[in-house]
Amino acid sequence: MSYSWPILSTVTFLPLLGALLIALLRGEDESSFRNARFIALWTTIITFALSLILWRDFDPLTAQFQFVELRPWLGAITFHMGVDGISLPFVLLTTFLMPLCILASWVAISTRVKEYMIAFLVLQTLMIGVFTSLDLVMFYLFFEGGLIPMFLIIGVWGGQRRVYASFKFFLYTLAGSLLMLLAIMAIYWEAGTTDIPVLLTHGFPPGMQTWLWFAFLASFAVKLPMWPVHTWLPDAHVEAPTAGSVILAGILLKMGGYGFLRFSIPMFPLASAEFAPLIFALSVIAIIYTSLVALAQEDVKKLIAYSSVAHMGFVTIGVFTLTMQGLQGGIFQMLSHGIVSAALFLCVGVIYDRMHTREISAFGGLADRMPIYAFCFMVFTLANVGLPGTSGFIGEFLSLTGAFRINTWVAFLATTGVILSAAYALYLYRRIIFGKLEKASLKFITDLTWREVAVMTPLVVLTILFGFYPGPILDASAASVDALIKNYHTSLAAAEQARLALMP
Amino acid sequence: MLQSLNLDTALPELILSVGAMALLMLGVFTRRERGELILWLAVLLLVLAGLFVATSFGTTMLFGDSFIVDPFARTLKLLTLTGAAVALIMSLDYWRERGGVKFEFAVLVLLATTGMMMMISANDLIALYVGLELQSLALYVIATFRRDSPRSAEAGLKYFVLGALSSGMLLYGASLVYGFTGSTEFAIIAAAVQPSGANLGLVVGLVFLMAGFAFKISAVPFHMWTPDVYEGAPTPVTAFFAAAPKLAAMALTVRVLITAFPAVTLQWQQIVVFLAISSMALGSFAAIGQTNIKRLMAYSSIGHMGYALVGLAAGSAEGVAGVIIYLAIYLVMTLGTFACILAMRRDGHMIEDIDALAGLSRTQPMMAFLLAMLLFSLAGIPPLAGFFAKFYVFLAAIHAGLYALAVIGVLLSVVGAYYYLRIVKLMYFDVPAERFEPMQAPLAAVLGVSGAFILLYFVYPAPLVAFAGVAAKSLF
Repeated sequence: MSYSWPILSTVTFLPLLGALLIALLRGEDESSFRNARFIALWTTIITFALSLILWRDFDPLTAQFQFVELRPWLGAITFHMGVDGISLPFVLLTTFLMPLCILASWVAISTRVKEYMIAFLVLQTLMIGVFTSLDLVMFYLFFEGGLIPMFLIIGVWGGQRRVYASFKFFLYTLAGSLLMLLAIMAIYWEAGTTDIPVLLTHGFPPGMQTWLWFAFLASFAVKLPMWPVHTWLPDAHVEAPTAGSVILAGILLKMGGYGFLRFSIPMFPLASAEFAPLIFALSVIAIIYTSLVALAQEDVKKLIAYSSVAHMGFVTIGVFTLTMQGLQGGIFQMLSHGIVSAALFLCVGVIYDRMHTREISAFGGLADRMPIYAFCFMVFTLANVGLPGTSGFIGEFLSLTGAFRINTWVAFLATTGVILSAAYALYLYRRIIFGKLEKASLKFITDLTWREVAVMTPLVVLTILFGFYPGPILDASAASVDALIKNYHTSLAAAEQARLALMP
Repeated sequence: MLQSLNLDTALPELILSVGAMALLMLGVFTRRERGELILWLAVLLLVLAGLFVATSFGTTMLFGDSFIVDPFARTLKLLTLTGAAVALIMSLDYWRERGGVKFEFAVLVLLATTGMMMMISANDLIALYVGLELQSLALYVIATFRRDSPRSAEAGLKYFVLGALSSGMLLYGASLVYGFTGSTEFAIIAAAVQPSGANLGLVVGLVFLMAGFAFKISAVPFHMWTPDVYEGAPTPVTAFFAAAPKLAAMALTVRVLITAFPAVTLQWQQIVVFLAISSMALGSFAAIGQTNIKRLMAYSSIGHMGYALVGLAAGSAEGVAGVIIYLAIYLVMTLGTFACILAMRRDGHMIEDIDALAGLSRTQPMMAFLLAMLLFSLAGIPPLAGFFAKFYVFLAAIHAGLYALAVIGVLLSVVGAYYYLRIVKLMYFDVPAERFEPMQAPLAAVLGVSGAFILLYFVYPAPLVAFAGVAAKSLF
């Protein structure tokens, strides 16, 4: 499918245009705030609509990059964009969540609304760019550029300990990604290009692969996050405003997983095969340890944050099994988690906006006065647990199936995480929703407004829809994942051949 | 000999030196205060010199090959002239508020700039020393320009004593190099130095030379004067110090090491690596505790010179190109940041306390936004220009196999990011302090232009990179 206009660039950079429009608004009164909100909402909705065109015209039968744009930019580094079955779902996830974030901030953010909306729109461009770049340096620009708006979002509109959280977030992520930057430079000199499609077929020398793989791991492990570099995440999540947490959990974390799929495995297959056990070990620790930590939390957001780390553990296990089920499970788990955890943070936002506390003990018996809320929260809790019939089940099941084929112990230990997640998620649900509504402060709490219902409905629908019919995502990514696995096995076989040829 | 004395080549330097003397006469022999007029004439001279630099081409030598004009020299001269001219314009309002513009300031800046141009074009150890001293003497005086202020006097004295010491070391090194190679001319030195026969005396001479250079670019361990001078000197002078002389001294270092000592690259590379790592480390860690913004910028500049040295350590054409890109972007960032520092005024007083910036995003959102972008850029966060500066020097270091240097460098830049973030935090997260006076037009213009450059550089980065590439190639 070819267009007379560069559709990918439009989807990527349209939010910047919206940000510019808001920047041109004058005045600091309620009417300019209203305009800023509406401009942001319409920009994100139009971006989402455009990304649906991408989805419609995407050809799922080929592993090639589609909607490709290539322009000269900086010598050997080109402006190169395109999507395949692995990146397109993430683009859609981003454009889908953004309007919901804007809606969720509609009344919750009442100070510096214009700056807030500008930060979000700039962040959206940078996030989409991460998934559409087909040049390593461009990818890095988008990947790291997102730190600036997110730093400001946490720091300006965040909670009590926002300064600490924003600094920790910024410096952790920066340290990780700078090592990746050095690896990108080494790749540039080794391969003479930073063009991703070319690099995907470039055979890096085995010794070099190990170093490059670890440098990329440093960045993606922090971003994902993996144990033991996950400690920035609970702080950032807790202090960020609701929409900030949604973006963090929904999309920023996925960049790490996407990085493994896009770079680590296809470019460094030998190192990936060699160090997969390391990833398994870290993931299993993350799943069990953070699940236990989640059980002990008194802060709703912190609990969900730790559960995110645990769920990302399933992603890394699935991806590094390098089986069809595992990889597709990993991708599906990321998308499902993107929807479910985003929804859970939105649910927390709903009660936080009313009560201005995130302490679990401050709630109880909400089912009485907030039946619609209780229903939505239940759907997402069960999806978080991985109940069959919700999207969470498909991802975890496929990842664990993949793991079972590779190593039964990994599968066994990871599965205990599913049980633990049921424990902490249901415990949380019981404490907030069930029981008697006794606390005086909750006597007049109101149920969801029409705006909040509008935010929750698409999330509930997608959670259940993908639980019963995961086809759209699995079909779209099948060809690309298949090609990824084939290339991986070809490189392993070639390396084995070379090794045998060298033997006396 | 005489017919080869093609003075066109040195026309920019002639314009500056003759112009400086003419302006001096004008200042001395006119009764009325003509300071402002002379300052603008000085800016005009700098622009004129820049035009002549920009329109020349090719590589030409002069004065028995001791003076060279090549693409490398032209690029750095343009940057230096820009820095000097912008610093002069930014100083205008500062002097106006302190009893009028003294014409000597503009004249001294012109003379210092002439010295810098000589340094950049020096192709001989003697020419190098003459240029360096012309620059330094003018700078010593400028540092003490507010003679009624004890801090300014202290800054100038410190700078003078330590500067004289470093000049002595440089001269001693130069004499050793002359003794062991038989010439002061770079090309002949390069031919005389054999990689196998790099004898100890020559290396000792080289080390002394480099100690002198390190002082001028304020690389650790010869950085001690920088924080005191930055803090003590009048703020517009600090802006000038941070912009122009650093570039000239770095250009000089690059030219000497690359053209005169290519055969002993391995020897000087170790020294440059040491200077780079220690400068980056000290620049990052020592800046954390600072409360005075000028002192903070002093440590920041020490750190940035460390990053620029990473490119030089690579010792290759792409490394030198990286240094040039770094210096160009550093110049813009520094001028923009100093425009903000000069705008930190309440009731006619300069404020130097970092905490005074608290809540600036509420009181002066545009200034806060641009300053925040400049600080993120100084920290090297993409997609701002500062990222590309670091990108090219580290790219060269990786190609040269200096992996340890590169890894240490990027990790230290994380530490460095902390103190830039601290200022952003003050401006954006904290409760507003009293507001500053509105920004004067020249400062706003400088801030606007540099902010726009930093923000939008990524849209069209190729020309600067290509330009630097050509300039760097002319040294090899």
